[in-house]
Amino acid sequence: MDIRSKRPQRTDELLNPDRRTLLKCSAWAGAGVIWAMSGGIPRAFALDETGNVADPRALASSFHFVQISDSHIGFNKEANPEPVKTLQVAIDRVVALPQRPSLILHTGDITHLSKAEEFDTAAQLLKGLPSTVHYVPGEHDTLDEGGGKLYLERYGKGTRGNGWYSFDDHGVHFIALVNVFNFQAGHEASLGADQLAWLADDLRAVSSSTPIVVFTHIPLWTIYQPWGWGTEDGDHAIAMLRKYGSVTVLNGHIHQVIQKVEGNITFHTARGTAYPQPAPGTAPSPGPMTVAADQLRNYLGITDVRATQGDHPLALIDSTLV
Amino acid sequence: MKTRLLALLCLMLSMPVWAEEVKINIKEFMFMPVVLNVSVGTKVTWVNDDQIPHTVAETRKVFRSGALDTNDSFSWLFDKPGEFEYFCVLHPQMTGKIVVTQ
Repeated sequence: MDIRSKRPQRTDELLNPDRRTLLKCSAWAGAGVIWAMSGGIPRAFALDETGNVADPRALASSFHFVQISDSHIGFNKEANPEPVKTLQVAIDRVVALPQRPSLILHTGDITHLSKAEEFDTAAQLLKGLPSTVHYVPGEHDTLDEGGGKLYLERYGKGTRGNGWYSFDDHGVHFIALVNVFNFQAGHEASLGADQLAWLADDLRAVSSSTPIVVFTHIPLWTIYQPWGWGTEDGDHAIAMLRKYGSVTVLNGHIHQVIQKVEGNITFHTARGTAYPQPAPGTAPSPGPMTVAADQLRNYLGITDVRATQGDHPLALIDSTLV
Repeated sequence: MKTRLLALLCLMLSMPVWAEEVKINIKEFMFMPVVLNVSVGTKVTWVNDDQIPHTVAETRKVFRSGALDTNDSFSWLFDKPGEFEYFCVLHPQMTGKIVVTQ
């Protein structure tokens, strides 16, 4: 793609970082990309050899977890006729990790059409993962007649509202937010007043030195408004998180890696395991992007998140299914 | 459901010969045409041409389709004049309007 080849040229000019910041960013993003804002949209910039830091896996980590996203079980179109197969490849990758992840986050769109049999197939496959999986729903998981009933019956136990919850693991506070209910015409996704009130209450007991991981399906910040890639009241949640020393916001929904760092908050969306979508604004619509069959796995992947003790940001390492 | 059936029955009784059917295509995350003018008694059918499911949901919940996968369709008989704004609950930036006149 010629867009990509131009990017390294524009990196410095857009980001204007000092060398140290640049290296820090690339270490976080792993997988040989760094992130910069371009016209308000975060974009990936391929790193050249000189910008490449040591293998991110070399980062000493006291624990790690994995994010998988957008399995879309039930999708069967040209962009990937067999998302069951590619989900299995992703699961195999997680199983093959040298260190078993402490936990796994699935950031939604488990199914494509919220059919009971799609949920069954997905659950059967995801059973093969080596650690406990924590879920949030995507909008494709709320398409049943009950408007999300099937998802909540399966994964909503012990959660509040439409499936939000929090838990602690290895000293990290994990917060699962849900932004795929109550869509309003012409508006981006929303968390809603009830969930925001719950979040404020939940954070009351969390000290500002506690690392926080927020995971939700649709990006919490606006990546591209014309495609509805954002959460309208996400900034209310983000405002509550600003005082914390290390916040990582993990999303799915857009089937590609996009990252932004703002103060102590790192926003990151993961690749899906089903099919790629175009970069923001590069196509007439955000519909599935069909790539050559032998290239598909370059566009699908998982994210490995490593945490070190102390004040370090979490390291995010994206890998494709190749 | 009941009211819908009733409305249908009433309409069948009073069905004028010029009752027509109009199609709206859902393509590239857009309803086409975005605004459609019809007369009372028109049956509108939305057909999804995209590879991604969409829905048709009237903003006041007058009508609401289930998930429409590729080539799936949803029809609604407009038996009253008025303006009906609708959107896709999966992609709320997709909006459309049906204007029904006597």
